[in-house]
Amino acid sequence: MIRLEKRPQPSRVWSMATPLVAVLATMIAGGLLFAALGKNPVEAIRTIFWDPLFGEFAFYYRPQLLVKGAPLVLIAIGLSLGFRAGIWNIGAEGQYIMGAICGAGAGLAFYPADSALIFPLMVVAGALGGWAWAMIPAVLKTRFGTNEILVSLMLVYVAEQFLASVSLGLLKNPEGFGFPGSRNLQSWDAAHNAELITGTGMHWGVVAALIAVIFAYVLLNRHMLGYHIRLSGEAPRAARFAGVNPTRLVLFCLGTSGALAGLAGLFEVSGPSGQISIDFNVGYGFTAIIVAFLGRLHPVGILLAGGLMALTYIGGDIAQSNMGLPSAAIQVFQGMLLFFLLALDLLTNFRIALSKPEVV
Amino acid sequence: MTHPLLSLQGLTKAYPGVVANDQVSFDIGAGEVHALLGENGAGKSTLVKMIYGLVKPDSGTMLLRGEPYTPSEPRQARADGIAMVFQHFSLFDALNVAENIALGMENPPAMRDLASRIREVSETYGLPLDPYRTVGDLSAGERQRVEIIRCLLQDPKLLIMDEPTSVLTPQEVDILFQTLQKLRSEGTSILYISHKLEEIRTLCDHATILRLGKNVGECVPAETSARDMAEMMVGTALQTPERSGRAFGDVALDITGLSVPAPSAFGTALKNVHLTVRKGEILGIGGVAGNGQDELLGVLSGETLTTDDAVKLEGAPVGHLGPVARRRLGILAAPEERLGHAAAPDMSLTENAMLTAATREGLASRGFLKWGLAQEFAEKVIERFDVRTPGPQNAARSLSGGNLQKFVIGREVLQSPEVLVVNQPTWGVDAAAAAAIRQSLLDLAAGGTAVICISQDLDELMEIADSFAALNEGRLSAPRPTTGLSVDEIGLMMGGAHGMEVAHV
Repeated sequence: MIRLEKRPQPSRVWSMATPLVAVLATMIAGGLLFAALGKNPVEAIRTIFWDPLFGEFAFYYRPQLLVKGAPLVLIAIGLSLGFRAGIWNIGAEGQYIMGAICGAGAGLAFYPADSALIFPLMVVAGALGGWAWAMIPAVLKTRFGTNEILVSLMLVYVAEQFLASVSLGLLKNPEGFGFPGSRNLQSWDAAHNAELITGTGMHWGVVAALIAVIFAYVLLNRHMLGYHIRLSGEAPRAARFAGVNPTRLVLFCLGTSGALAGLAGLFEVSGPSGQISIDFNVGYGFTAIIVAFLGRLHPVGILLAGGLMALTYIGGDIAQSNMGLPSAAIQVFQGMLLFFLLALDLLTNFRIALSKPEVV
Repeated sequence: MTHPLLSLQGLTKAYPGVVANDQVSFDIGAGEVHALLGENGAGKSTLVKMIYGLVKPDSGTMLLRGEPYTPSEPRQARADGIAMVFQHFSLFDALNVAENIALGMENPPAMRDLASRIREVSETYGLPLDPYRTVGDLSAGERQRVEIIRCLLQDPKLLIMDEPTSVLTPQEVDILFQTLQKLRSEGTSILYISHKLEEIRTLCDHATILRLGKNVGECVPAETSARDMAEMMVGTALQTPERSGRAFGDVALDITGLSVPAPSAFGTALKNVHLTVRKGEILGIGGVAGNGQDELLGVLSGETLTTDDAVKLEGAPVGHLGPVARRRLGILAAPEERLGHAAAPDMSLTENAMLTAATREGLASRGFLKWGLAQEFAEKVIERFDVRTPGPQNAARSLSGGNLQKFVIGREVLQSPEVLVVNQPTWGVDAAAAAAIRQSLLDLAAGGTAVICISQDLDELMEIADSFAALNEGRLSAPRPTTGLSVDEIGLMMGGAHGMEVAHV
C-alpha cells in the first residue's frame, strides 16, 4: 500500500527538482499522446522544445521567445506578490487591457508630435491604468470585504467591452478607412516600443520584466515588506501579531500587480502588437497565473517558467503547422505541464512510504 | 473469573523517528480508577488511541476480560464497552446538546426520547445539562459534560478520560470527581490521563507512569508523594523556581475601563476591564479557557486597537498603537497558539526571530532585513533556552510543541521587555522546561520588568505570581495578592462552577 507521510519540514531538494521532473513527465505523457495520434513522438517533442531554440529557423523563433515571454514574466511577477500573501488577483488580463488603452491613449493625445517625452509618458500612463483598474477590487475588498477573486475576474470582461468600445470609437484611427482599431504606434517613432537591438526581440518590455524580477527578488528576500507578504500568506494571524496592516498589504499587492500588468499591456500595444484593436488581448493575463505557479511564486522560477511557457507556445505553433498536430493536443500538452507540476508539488511536503497493508 | 477488565501486554508502537510506546504492559481492574501519568510526549495519547481502536499497535496484545481484544476502529471499541472523552471536544457550536449527541450515535432515537434520556443520565450522575441548549453558548465545563454524557449513554465498562480537568474551575473539578466516584461505585473502570499529581492522588486507585514511551513504574497514588511521582515522570530531581523578595516600582502598565466587542460570533467580549501592573510585579490572570484570554492578549499586544488612553504605559496612552509601535516602547507578548500566531509554521526559526524581534534587536534598517543578525539572535534564543533543534534554519513546525514554546518565550524574554504579556507560557511543555520558563519570568521581574502571565494552570500562577485576578466571561476580577489566597477563593473569582445551582437536584 502506498501512503503519504508528511515531512517534518519542506524538502529543499524536491522544491527545486519538481519543475524539472514535471517537464520530463510532461514530455513522456505528451509523447504517448502524440504517438496515440499517429505522430512520431520524438519528433513532436523535438519540434516543441528544440526547434524554436536550435532548429533551422531558430533565428526567427528566438526573438519571439522574448516577445512572448516578457509580458508573461512581467505580469506573473506582480501576481506572485499577491499570491504569496494570499491575495488573489485573477484579473490581470483586464489590467493589461486597461494599461494598454491608457498608455496608448495618453500617447495618441499628442499625435503626431515628436518628443522624447511621449514614450515615458505612455509608460507612466500604462502603469497607472493597470493600477487604477486593480484598485477597484482592492478598495472594494478593504472597505466592504468583497471577494477580490470575483471582482477582479469580472472586471476583465468589463475591460474587454471597454476595449471594443474604444477600438470602435474614442481611439479609432481617423485615417483607417472605417476599420476598427487605433493608429498603428509602430509607424510613429515617438511612441514606438522598438527593438533595442535589431533582430533580438529585445524591447523595453523585456528590460522591464528583468528589472521586475530583480526588484521582486530583493523585495521578498531582503525587505521587511516582502517578509510581511510571505508571512501574511503563510500565517495570517502571525502576520497581525508581527504588526502587518492587512489593508495596506492588499492595496500594495493588488496595486503592484495591476501596475505591472498595465505596463505589460503598454509595451505590447506600443511594440509587437502596434495598435489597440478589439482582439488586442490574447490571454497573457490568464496564462501568467500558470506561469506564476509554475515558477512556484519565486522570481527566478517565474523567469524560467515564463521562458518555458513561451517555448511551448511557439513550439506548439510550429508543431501545429509542420506536423499537423491539432491545436487541442497542444493545449492538452500545456495543461499536462501544470497538472504534473501541481501533482508533484505534493512531494515537497510529503514523502511516499511503501508499507504492507495492516492486517485487520 | 479473576481476569482484569483490560490487560495490556507488551504494547509497542513506533512512528518514523520515535518510539511512542515501547513494551508497555499493565492491567486495569474492574471498578478501578487507573491513572496514566506522564509528561507531554511520554506516549499517553498513543497508548489510549490503541485501546480506543484509533491506532494499531506494532506488536503486543490486549486482553479484554481475558479474551483477545483487537479493535480495528473506535466503533468496535465502543461496541466492546470502551468509551473515551477527548481533551479537545468534537462538538458543533451551532447545534444543540441533543443534536450533537445524536450525531455520534449509530442509531439515534427520536429527539424527544433522547432528550429525556440525557436528562435522566445527567441527573443520575450530577451533571446538570439542558439537552436543548446550543453548544456554542456552553462553558468549557458544560461542553465536557456533553462529551461525558455521550459516553455514558453507551453504558461503558471502561471510560477513558484525557486530561479532563484542564478546562475546569476547581468547583467544576469537584463535580466531575463526584461523578467519576459514582461511576466507580457502579463498577465502571476509568482510565484517567493527567499530569496533575494532586488530583490523581485524591481520585485514583492505581497509577502507571510512562516516560519516553516506557512503563517506568506503578504506584498507589494515595501512598506516594506528589514529588516522588513527579520525579518518576521526569526521571530527574525537580528544581523549584526560586522567588526572591522583590520591591515593586512605579506602575508600568494600566488598563482602565476597557471594553471591546467580541471579534467573532463565538469569541468573548471584554467588559469594563481594569488592570494595573507595577515594575517588577508578576500579575497572574487565571480563568477557564475561552473567557477572554486571547482577546485580552490581543488588546495588550496591539493586535486589537482601542481608544488611546484605555491602555497606558507609564502614564502615556498606547491604546491606539499597533504591535510594532508597542514593541518599540517595550511591550512584548507571547500568544498561546504557538503555530500560526506566535510563529509561522513553515518559516525557519531565523525568520521567526524576525517576526517580533526586528524592531528591538535592530534586525532591519530602512526596511532592509539583516538576516545575519536575525540568525545570531535565533541562535542565542536556542542556546539560552535550551531549544532542541538542529539549528535556526529548521522550520518552526519541525519542533515539538514544548521546544517551540521555549523558543517563543525566549524570543520575547531576551529582548528585555518593559512589560511582558504571556498566555499559557508552559502549556504542553515538560516539567523541567516549564520550570526553566517560570524561572526566566521570575528573573525578568527581578530585573524590573512588569509581567502579565495569563494561564489556566493555577499551580503555575500560585508559584510565580505576586497578585492574582481571574477572567470570567470577559470580566476581570479585582487583583488580589497571591499569598494567603485559598483555592476556594480562587474558584469563586473564576466564576465558581458554571451551572452549579442545578447541580444537586
